[in-house]
Amino acid sequence: MAFFEVKNLSIYFGGLVALDGISFTLNQGEIYAIIGPNGAGKTTLFNCINGIYHPSHGDILFKGQSIRGKKPDKVARMGIARTFQNIELFNNMNTMENIMLGRHLRMKTGLFRGAFLWGKRSFAGLEEVAHRRKVEEIIDFLDLQSSRNKLVGGLPYGTQKQIELARALALEPELLLLDEPCAGMNAEEKQDMIFWVKDVQDELGVTVLLIEHDMQMVMDISDRILVINFGRPITEGTPSEVQRHPEVLKAYLGENEGVCAA
Amino acid sequence: MDMKRDYYEDIQLFSSGVVIFWFVAMMVFLAVVPFIFKNYYIYVINFMAINVIVVLGLNLLVGYTGLISLGHAGFFAIGAYGTVVLITQAHLPFLLALLVAGLIAAIFGFLLGLPALRLEGPYLAIATLGFGVTVTQVIGKIKILGERQGLHAPDLIIGPWHFDTDKDFYFLLIPIAIILAFAARNITKTKVGRAFISIRDAEIAAETMGVNLTFYKTLAFALSAFYAGIGGGLYAFVLRFIEPELFSLSLSIMFLTMAVVGGLGSMMGPIAGACLLSWLDLQLRNILDIPYLGEWLRSLSQSYFSLTGVSNIQYIVFGGILLFIMLFEPLGIFGIWIRTKKYWKTWPF
Ligand SMILES: Nc1ncnc2c1ncn2[C@@H]1O[C@H](COP(=O)(O)OP(=O)(O)OP(=O)(O)O)[C@@H](O)[C@H]1O
Ligand SMILES: [Mg+2]
Repeated sequence: MAFFEVKNLSIYFGGLVALDGISFTLNQGEIYAIIGPNGAGKTTLFNCINGIYHPSHGDILFKGQSIRGKKPDKVARMGIARTFQNIELFNNMNTMENIMLGRHLRMKTGLFRGAFLWGKRSFAGLEEVAHRRKVEEIIDFLDLQSSRNKLVGGLPYGTQKQIELARALALEPELLLLDEPCAGMNAEEKQDMIFWVKDVQDELGVTVLLIEHDMQMVMDISDRILVINFGRPITEGTPSEVQRHPEVLKAYLGENEGVCAA
Repeated sequence: MDMKRDYYEDIQLFSSGVVIFWFVAMMVFLAVVPFIFKNYYIYVINFMAINVIVVLGLNLLVGYTGLISLGHAGFFAIGAYGTVVLITQAHLPFLLALLVAGLIAAIFGFLLGLPALRLEGPYLAIATLGFGVTVTQVIGKIKILGERQGLHAPDLIIGPWHFDTDKDFYFLLIPIAIILAFAARNITKTKVGRAFISIRDAEIAAETMGVNLTFYKTLAFALSAFYAGIGGGLYAFVLRFIEPELFSLSLSIMFLTMAVVGGLGSMMGPIAGACLLSWLDLQLRNILDIPYLGEWLRSLSQSYFSLTGVSNIQYIVFGGILLFIMLFEPLGIFGIWIRTKKYWKTWPF
C-alpha cells in the first residue's frame, strides 16, 4: 500500500481542463516536488487533495483510504496540512494564536468548559497551557520569537510565509503540502526556508509535497519531481533525470529565469 | 523560570495589577449604585444590562465569526415569550424557565445558522431579517402568546425572594450580565473562539486546518441566539408587559448598531456601545418633553415626515451614528480606546 497516491486525477472548470489524468505515488518520508509553468494546475491539484475542489475523475488515496470528496476539515483530521500560495493567515490574531489554530484538532475544550470552568487549573486552562508550550517549540524552531505577540497582518511577507509553515506544522501532519513556500522571499529567507523544509523531513519525518518555482530549492531538496503542463504530466524522476528531459527544458526550465524574477 | 505561569499569562483575564484595580473598582461601583442613585437611573442601568447581554452574543456572531444577523429581535422575542409562557403555563421556576427559553432560542439560532452555510453577506442579512419579521408575525397569531394584545409577565420569584422593584431586578440582572460577559470573553480566548475568528479572517485556511465550518457557524448562531434569548427573558420582566410590536426590525438594527458603535470583535467595545446607545435610546424617547427642541422637532416632523415621525427619532439618530461610525471610525469606541490605551494602562499609578 502506497503512503499517498493520486490516481488518474482530472478536473474541469466548464470547458477548461485544469487537470488531466495526473497520477503519482508518494513514499513515506520523501520530499516530492511538483513543478510546471504558471497555470499548469499545481495549486488546483492541492485544492483537490484538500477537498476544496471536487475532482471530475480519478481518486486520491491516503494510506490506502480514499479522501476524494471528503471535506477539508476531514482531510486535515487524517493528517494532511497545507500552506497557501497567496498567504491565508488570520490577520487579526497574533502569531501565537495563528499557530494555536493548528492545534485545533488536538484540543478538546468545548463551549462550556471554555466559557465557565476557567482558571489555571481548570480543564481549559491546563489544555491551553499545554498546547501553547507545544506551539512555543514550533516558534523557536522557526525563529519566530520576535513576532510571537504581534498581529500577523502587519508582519513582513517572508515572516508570514514562515507562520503559515508553523501553523501547518502545529497540526503535526503526516503529509505536508507546501504551495510555493519561497515565493517572494529574499535570498536569505529562502535559504532558511530550504533548511527548515529539509529539517521537517529529517527531524519530524513528515512527507512533503512541494510546489515551487525556485529551481535551486527544488533541485536541492527534492527526492523526486513531477513536471506538469496544461494539467498533464510531462515527466517524473529524480532532479538530475528531470533536468535533462528535453520537454522540461523547453516547457519549463527555459522560462525559469522569467519565473524566478516574477 | 516557571514556564507554566508564563503561558497562562497569554490568556489570563487579570493580566496586570492595573486590570485588577479597574475590575475591583467596577465591582464596587456596581455594588453601591442601587444605594446612591435614583430609581430611574437604576431602571436605565437595568435596560443597559439587558442590551449588553444581547450585544455580547451578537458580537460573537458578527464581530468574531464574521456572520451577520438582522433577526436578533426574533431570538429576543423567543426568549421573552418563552420565559413568560414556561412560567405561566408549564409552571417552571424562573431561572429554569429563563434557561430553557434561552436554549429554545439557541435551537432557532442553530436552524437559522443552517442557511448561513450557503449564504453570504447581503443574502444572509435578508434571510435573518426575514426570520426576525416572521417571528413577530407568528407570535401575533398564537393565542397562548396573547396574539397582538400582548402578555403580562407574572411576578418574578426565585426561591424565597420576590423581585418587584427596579432595585430588585438590578441585583438579578447585573450578576447574570457579568457571568455572561465573562463566559463570552473566555470563549473568545479558547478553542471555540479561535475557530470563530479563523472563520472570519480566512475561511478556507480555517477549514484546511480542521475547523468544521458547519459545526462552528451553526454554533455561533446558536450561542448568539442564546444570549439574545436570555436578554429577552429578562426584558419581559423589566417591562412587565410584552407585545409583538416591541420586537420589530428596528430593534434588530438597534442591537447591531450597538455592536458596531462599540467596535466589533472586541469585548469592552460592544459593552460600551450597548450602554451608550441604551442611554441615548431612553433619552430620545423623551425628546418631545425638552422645551423648544421638542416643539421644533414636532413641527419639523409634521411638515416633512409622518405624524408619528418624532416618536421614532431615536432610529434616525441611530442610523446617523451608524453611518458616521462606518465612515470615520470603523473600529468604533474600541478603536478610540485602543489609541488612548497606553495612557490608561498606567493610570493612575
Ligand atoms: N475555481 C476555478 N475556476 C475556474 N478556473 C480555475 C479555478 N481554479 C483554477 N482554475 C484554472 O486552472 C488553471 C490552473 O490554475 P492553478 O492555480 O492550479 O495554476 P498553478 O499551476 O498553481 O499556477 P501558478 O504557478 O501561477 O500558481 C488556470 O488556468 C486557472 O485559471
Ligand atoms: Mg499556484
